Amino acid sequence: MKNYDKLIFELSRPGRKGYQLPADKFDTDGFAAIPADLLRKEMPELPEVSELDVVRHYTNISNKNFGVDTGFYPLGSCTMKYNPKINEEISAMPQFAGLHPLQDAETAQGALEVYYNLQKALASLSGLAEFTLNPYAGAHGELTGLMVMRQYHASRGDHKRAKVIVPDTAHGTNPASAMVAGLEVVEVKSKPNGSIDIEDLKPLLDDTVAGIMMTNPNTVGMFETEILEIADLVHKAGGLLYYDGANLNPLLGKVRPGDMGFDIMHINLHKTFSTPHGGGGPGSGPVGVAEHLVEFLPNPRVRIADDGKFYVDADDRSLGSVSTFFGNFGVMLRAYAYILTLGRDNIVNVGPMATLNANYIKESLKDLYKLPIDGVCKHEFVFDGLADKSTGVTTLNVAKRLLDFGFHAPTIYFPLLFHESMMIEPTETESLETLDEFIDVMRKVAEEAKTNPDLLKQAPLTTIISHPDETSAAKNPILTYKALKEA
Amino acid sequence: MLERIGVNSVDDLYTDVPQEVIFKGEYDLPEGMSEIELREWFDKLGARNRSLTVFGGQGAYDHYSPAVIPQLLSRSEFYTAYTPYQPEISQGTLQYIFEYQSMISELTGLEATNASMYDGATATAEAAFMMVASARKRNAVLLSATLAPRVAEVVRTYAKFHGVEIREIPEKDGVTDLEALASMVAAGDVAGVILPQPNKYGIIEDFTGVADIIHAQKALFAINADPSALAVLRSPAEWGADIACGDGQPLGMPLMFGGPYLGFMSCGKANLRKMPGRVVGATKDASGNRCFVLTLQAREQHIRREKATSNICSNQSLMALYATIYIALMGEKGLREVNLLSANGAHYLYNRLIETGKFTPAFDKPFLKEFTVRTDLDMAKINRRLADNGIMGGIELGNGLVSFAVTEKRTKDEIDRLITLMLED
Repeated sequence: MKNYDKLIFELSRPGRKGYQLPADKFDTDGFAAIPADLLRKEMPELPEVSELDVVRHYTNISNKNFGVDTGFYPLGSCTMKYNPKINEEISAMPQFAGLHPLQDAETAQGALEVYYNLQKALASLSGLAEFTLNPYAGAHGELTGLMVMRQYHASRGDHKRAKVIVPDTAHGTNPASAMVAGLEVVEVKSKPNGSIDIEDLKPLLDDTVAGIMMTNPNTVGMFETEILEIADLVHKAGGLLYYDGANLNPLLGKVRPGDMGFDIMHINLHKTFSTPHGGGGPGSGPVGVAEHLVEFLPNPRVRIADDGKFYVDADDRSLGSVSTFFGNFGVMLRAYAYILTLGRDNIVNVGPMATLNANYIKESLKDLYKLPIDGVCKHEFVFDGLADKSTGVTTLNVAKRLLDFGFHAPTIYFPLLFHESMMIEPTETESLETLDEFIDVMRKVAEEAKTNPDLLKQAPLTTIISHPDETSAAKNPILTYKALKEA
Repeated sequence: MLERIGVNSVDDLYTDVPQEVIFKGEYDLPEGMSEIELREWFDKLGARNRSLTVFGGQGAYDHYSPAVIPQLLSRSEFYTAYTPYQPEISQGTLQYIFEYQSMISELTGLEATNASMYDGATATAEAAFMMVASARKRNAVLLSATLAPRVAEVVRTYAKFHGVEIREIPEKDGVTDLEALASMVAAGDVAGVILPQPNKYGIIEDFTGVADIIHAQKALFAINADPSALAVLRSPAEWGADIACGDGQPLGMPLMFGGPYLGFMSCGKANLRKMPGRVVGATKDASGNRCFVLTLQAREQHIRREKATSNICSNQSLMALYATIYIALMGEKGLREVNLLSANGAHYLYNRLIETGKFTPAFDKPFLKEFTVRTDLDMAKINRRLADNGIMGGIELGNGLVSFAVTEKRTKDEIDRLITLMLED
């Protein structure tokens, strides 16, 4: 339905319903014993709609969305790879979907085995001893990992270590997670090429430092070549190294964070391990640690007994709990299916193919877009806007114009290292034809910037909405249908 | 491709990596599998689980999931989309989040709801931080002893590291001891109080006068609630609460061994700018069309970094869509009927258990779908027998207390069979 613009509330008609429930077979009134004071006075105003109303409505609004299945999503740092369909079917298998998290371990051996095997697979792929799969997302993994860090220092009676070093180019979640974990953030500067400035790092490393949070490749997609020296310096100062797995994809099958000296890491299963982003979640943020930190991982733990049975355990030395149950189990099923599909023989190609694709785009466009850091990148790279700055066309204009051509925009204005950052990550799942098509469009847009800059400033021109008024949205927030009716 | 890049091989793309960290071993994984082999693998794993008729709750309830929901959620325009940072091509996601916020706000009675949190426990921990951030200089949060232990454990973990002091309000006769609450909240350093509805025993607590007591001390009041039950129970706003939080799982979400579920959070306008997480607002585009955008982003980590209200980035968006479609299908009447059918079944089971003489009432307090009874029976042994017969029995809470939950899916026959099997031997 073209131009569909209704809210579900606007379809509501008194008395209409979209559900069927069995007739009551009990001769008890479950509400009889509840005092009137404990019951609602004002009824919630919810839609009254038929099943067909619901199905058409959500089908229609789904058409206003762009997903990986719609088109190419070169969103830097987000690793928007293809989400294999078999994984969706597996995660919906009733043998798993119907399991209560507190049912006896004896009756959930298959689910516990999935949990256990997946954490083992991640450990093998990342060179660490063990993983917890309980954290729900990347930032939740960061928080959990920093709690591990603090618990470790506390267990040694080392209570002075209240600071964590974070590069100035880090993802916003790094300093925010540190704040939530009760750590003070100390920024370490980056060199003009985006890598950590060791000379700036050295004086920061004293006995108040709990550790450092890093990504490698870093936020501009370049490998931190001095990583072994950094690891050595941090460890000598008594700190731990945290690896932000947001940028793990180019290393998958090639380099393991544990081998670079990292003690703690999280993995975004919804990036590197192909589970869908779901319009913002659910993701999953497993946290892996080196041997000496295993005891601090959050409860509950899934373990295997000598007789091969899996059981659920809690450890007194653990940092505590970060989830009600075992985390986003449905996401784990998908990631495990992905790993099994590739297997040890094919998983080695993931990182290298992602890196190949990124370099191919970079080299094909660097004459028209400003490449501030030249050289071989990993899974992503950053342009600092168009090479020709005389047209006044900004990164935002280019990003919005890409929408007209059926591509998602790159990540823009991040990292903050450059004024016109445009961060491009193609992933390994795109074909050469798609990359070439994207390159052609990017070249066409650069041409348009010269011939018709005004057109770019008005873009997007073909989307269902254009230039939403974000200022008034923030100034006078309308957050519900009720508020909208009153506005 | 290599030629354009100017290298001879893909390995040349890794010459900047110190050679000693290039992995040369073999991963501890099986060989790659075809779809056929993969299905077989998971069929075998699945066969090691037992599908049970569920009579346990404690945070995960076996409500019915209407067929419409998985069908609509499987539209890949929804599930393969990223966070809606580009509003022009994300109106679908933005609109359902707006509808979700509207529906949860109707249930809680509070004006603002965020786009979702991870689960009920982390939402409650964030509510504690939000109260401390609003209060300034007050650093203690009171938790009722009747809050679900798994939720309390997560709040305590978050608080321990963040530097928030958690104090437990004792329970009395299965509910929060309100006299103790009144004296504890007057300590002068209390930023807020978190109470459950219903509580860990399934009891509906009476918060008459509580908001006044808390607000008189300039502290905030948060209720951890079951959003399905809020179709029937007095809403957090009607109790005078400032914040509502909890887990959306009871809104028909599959048990899925504990997740994905949905954390929700609502608050009044006064606390909106301290709220964690994404928020969607309505606005107009350049042609005057109604549209939706992420708003109030100055609270969030990608803008404010260590000064953000929370570190949350990815949330449980697709589960917010789940809740939205569920609530749309059910409406107020359907939610009420689900609660009534569940409560009828729960009361039937409760009465049957008491009639056996082997169970006694733990507390004489009102409940909906979940309740707690006392027994001397060896519940571990009984639950093993039940499991052998395809049933998940009551959950032991310690001290002879057992918690049962009944949803609209449970039939009279299933309950009668549960009773018969429990009393065998």
